[in-house]
Amino acid sequence: MRLGLFLDIGSTYTKGRVVELERGELLASAKAYTTVETDVTLGINDCLLELSRQGIKEKYDIKLASSSAAGGLRMVAVGLVRDLTTEAAKKAALTAGARVEKSYSYELTPEDLDEILALKPDIILLAGGTDGGNKKYLLENARKLSRLKLKGTILVAGNRSAASEVAGILEGKVDFRIAPNVLPDLNTLNIEPVQNLIRQIFLEKIVEAKGLKKAEKIVDKVMMPTPLAVLKGAELLAQKIGELILIDVGGATTDVHSVAKGLPTLAGVSLKGLPEPYAKRTVEGDLGLRRTVKNVVEYGREEFYNSGITSGQLSDYLEKITKDPTYLPQTPQEKEIEKALTRICVKTAMNRHAGRLEEIWTPAGKSFVQYGKDLTRVEALVGTGGPLVYAEEPEKVLAAAFFEETNPNILKPKNPEMYLDTEYILFAAGLLAENDRETGLKLLNSVKKL
Amino acid sequence: MKEVNLVLGVIGADVHAIGNKILEYALTNAGFKVHNLGVMVSQEEFVKAALETDAKAVLVSSLYGHGEIDCRGLKEKFIEAGLDDVLLYVGGNLVVGKQDFSEVERKFKAMGFDRVFPPGTMPEEAIKALKEDLGLM
Repeated sequence: MRLGLFLDIGSTYTKGRVVELERGELLASAKAYTTVETDVTLGINDCLLELSRQGIKEKYDIKLASSSAAGGLRMVAVGLVRDLTTEAAKKAALTAGARVEKSYSYELTPEDLDEILALKPDIILLAGGTDGGNKKYLLENARKLSRLKLKGTILVAGNRSAASEVAGILEGKVDFRIAPNVLPDLNTLNIEPVQNLIRQIFLEKIVEAKGLKKAEKIVDKVMMPTPLAVLKGAELLAQKIGELILIDVGGATTDVHSVAKGLPTLAGVSLKGLPEPYAKRTVEGDLGLRRTVKNVVEYGREEFYNSGITSGQLSDYLEKITKDPTYLPQTPQEKEIEKALTRICVKTAMNRHAGRLEEIWTPAGKSFVQYGKDLTRVEALVGTGGPLVYAEEPEKVLAAAFFEETNPNILKPKNPEMYLDTEYILFAAGLLAENDRETGLKLLNSVKKL
Repeated sequence: MKEVNLVLGVIGADVHAIGNKILEYALTNAGFKVHNLGVMVSQEEFVKAALETDAKAVLVSSLYGHGEIDCRGLKEKFIEAGLDDVLLYVGGNLVVGKQDFSEVERKFKAMGFDRVFPPGTMPEEAIKALKEDLGLM
């Protein structure tokens, strides 16, 4: 029997999954507290101990890890026009599995520079100008950034015609790499080379800087940031069940991934804005069930009225989980509140991820413009992450992502089949698929259809 | 010819796509790098695209007769974005009905357009004008 061990080194927990590599079957799961501040190997060893208690005695043939510990891969994006190169840079960073702390447009101001210093990003993605286009802002921002004492890496992905001049400015002052332009012309998004370089920087520098190198005493390699492993898992799942949407509600953020082309499904709709990546990830930093729960309440008061929850009950529960963020709902009423909160996260995050139609009246009658992806015909909606997986009626929570007749201009899925990543297997499948796609696909059998 | 960036689009709520494609084809063949924004392009989109692409000229089409309202204030937005030097061309059926073209031209020049083309203009004329104005002859 050949065994694979897959670890997700998170900021609170390290999660382990043991997979039999012939049949692609999940054999055992474990989790332990992460201690990245002191020694990341403690959590990993606890995980291994727990797995051996469950009867895993054999040697592992491969041991791979992903990590979101120590704040994850933290980036800022800098571009020229907010909805052009800045947006392209942001998309590239998000689909590389980064946490985008902030994005900036036009010329960086002294305040922006102070903020960037304070944020201490691992990578600054610096874009601006299409190829052969504007150079002024890219050069000026490079000059300004070069004067800061930056610990992170600047990844330049702007106007090709300015690349060598930018390199000259940054040389000897800050660690930097040059990538092909993330937006070579207005109708072409070129994020893959940027993603690859982000991953390379992660492997070469960030794993070390975040104290994760120690983990490689035990595992073969810390391969990538966990969100990237999950996105790769989702892409693999799409090969199996078709175009999909994956929603992950967490304590601080809600992530939505769509693996879908998202082209218009209605006749006579013109597509506007930047092209969309086939595998797209958005992260809502204000939608989580613990650290950011106060916003969530504001976004969907009607959910509580609909579920018959009084404002007194709600504020009692909020007080409880604010005091103890690890608290999990116990009573039926608490579960009902948690369910309402999760539904609000799902709905709000889906509204922001999905594309939208804008009605325009022309002399020839009504016409539509589409921004973003049309997801109305996507046939699979997948839930992952604790709050969705442990919900009592996960299908009712996930259904908050559906298309609404009352809000027809937001292009959400109309009648998708629902799935649940009950075993939290997507990251492991994503890691495994790097070397063995076939087994990765088999492993995805443990994603359950609801 | 050194690579020259142009921005092309049909302004406002206008969905006339065919002339736009023909212009893109002709301008590309003439050696320009064309950034075609297609139909139903807002003023802001023209400004943003010109900024990112370092366009030397912006060619605005309008075929449905509302050109005057759609184009008003465009030059001012270019000035605001620091793009005063970008050439602005406009052409098509700019106004409703049979108005005297010299009157239409005067109106659009007053709005800040460098050249105004009447209905039925062939792409060659616009290309010739571009080459003259950009000193490419």
